[in-house]
Amino acid sequence: MKIEITVNGRKRQFDVEPNKLLLNLVRDELHLTGTKYGCGIGECGACTVHLDGEAVLACMVLAVDADGKQVDTIEGVAEDGNLDPVQEAFIEEGAIQCGFCTPGFIMTTKALLKENPNPTEHEIREYLKGNYCRCTGYVNIINAVQSAAKKLQS
Amino acid sequence: MSINKVNTHIIPMEFQYHAPTTLAEASALLEKYGDEAKILAGGTDLIPHMKQRKVEATHVINIKKIPELACIKETSKGIEIGANTKLRAIELSPLIKEKTPLLSEAAATVGSVQIRNLGTVGGNICNASPSADMATPLLALDTVVNVYNREGSKDYTLEEFLHGRGEVKLEPGELLTGMTIPLQPKNAGMAFEKVGWTTFDIATVNVAAVLTLKDGKIDHCRVTLGACSPAPVRVYQAESILIGEEPTQELFDEAVYLIAACVEPRESWRRAPPEYRRKASQALAIDALTRSIEKARRLA
Ligand SMILES: Cc1cc2nc3c(=O)[nH]c(=O)nc-3n(C[C@H](O)[C@H](O)[C@H](O)COP(=O)(O)OP(=O)(O)OC[C@H]3O[C@@H](n4cnc5c(N)ncnc54)[C@H](O)[C@@H]3O)c2cc1C
Ligand code: FES
Ligand code: FES
Repeated sequence: MKIEITVNGRKRQFDVEPNKLLLNLVRDELHLTGTKYGCGIGECGACTVHLDGEAVLACMVLAVDADGKQVDTIEGVAEDGNLDPVQEAFIEEGAIQCGFCTPGFIMTTKALLKENPNPTEHEIREYLKGNYCRCTGYVNIINAVQSAAKKLQS
Repeated sequence: MSINKVNTHIIPMEFQYHAPTTLAEASALLEKYGDEAKILAGGTDLIPHMKQRKVEATHVINIKKIPELACIKETSKGIEIGANTKLRAIELSPLIKEKTPLLSEAAATVGSVQIRNLGTVGGNICNASPSADMATPLLALDTVVNVYNREGSKDYTLEEFLHGRGEVKLEPGELLTGMTIPLQPKNAGMAFEKVGWTTFDIATVNVAAVLTLKDGKIDHCRVTLGACSPAPVRVYQAESILIGEEPTQELFDEAVYLIAACVEPRESWRRAPPEYRRKASQALAIDALTRSIEKARRLA
């Protein structure tokens, strides 16, 4: 099937089988491998991308269902080689260890801060609960989100 | 605990994809392909099932392009919610928060924000899961569901629709279009309570309560229990001993005993044994009743 998706601001045409998942389209056809396959069943959040601006799981969306829509992945977050404040905050706060979960966390954090620029710790934990990290123990991730919120407000 | 040993990287089957833009078109496709067709709403149940070959379909019918299926609106009959309305929209809707706050509470407990940005209320109900978190509160609100077929549309009470035999009451060619929540009695207090393995998990037990007070006594009353029987149930026996009485701890203890008696143990239960579900249903029902009473008092 022929589809057109705007990926990180660029219109792209694809010819895909209906059973192709958005996750595999992004990784295998576009080689945007920042978006990760963790569990494939909606539980880890490593595959989080933005679909028309909303955080969703690319492992649960058919590529054909993204036809005509806008998909943003971690690769589109930095602009002109400058890291986004959320990315900077994750690095500065030591919120990254192996880094496997990080793209998902950053995409979810960006959605959170767009909706709620100054979230409480409880709100952060609630919003990020679908993203698993097996390394950091979450404390530095929460710190990073708080620090990113401050950066974005100043 | 079961470990996921299946390859969930891909959907290991080919299918034809359809994206009808009208109900008539969708219904015609469903009729034509019968058991080989599956409706795709948010896909948060369907896609993992297809990956694990728990569901095989050679035709997938995406209903997201049918505009009238996604809406939340107030009418003279009450609140109408389209089947394809996302759980996140229900969670955040000011109208729902004001009129039926237990529905926003319940929606907010489903999975994660990423799941709620995809998952729909229609999918939650049509999946016919005993632990569907929207079904229990919708049942407590006397919800009527609207079903489309080519001859016209039909209404069922949610209780009839969720008959508990592993599927919902839909004939070939039919789909759920939405639901109507009738006007609730004035000053109704309502609450939803849930417990799962984690706060990110589906319910091991969920309970909803809707009630009003008149001259200090319980007047209108609905209590529903989910995840403990083949489909969520209204606990009529508990409702009838609550109605007409002053809300006291002793009365609640008696009522929740009747709620726990609705737990129907199943061989396939992995999440928790029957005794846990009985105890948890009592504790959650006490919380739901207490919170509803407090709200009803504040409103009265
Ligand atoms: C990680 C994770 C966590 C979850 N947590 C919860 C939770 O806490 N509580 C909970 O209740 N659920 C939970 N779920 C299950 C699921 O997300 C919800 O039930 C969701 O509401 C399903 O909606 P959907 O639109 O994604 O359904 P889909 O997967 O699109 O559809 C589900 C079923 O309903 C049928 N269907 C859909 N719409 C219609 C219609 N209009 N007419 C007829 N048939 C239709 C489909 O054919 C399919 O069989 C979770 C799922 C995941 C993956
Ligand atoms: S890979 Fe999508 S949620 Fe884990
Ligand atoms: S940094 Fe390794 S999983 Fe999060």
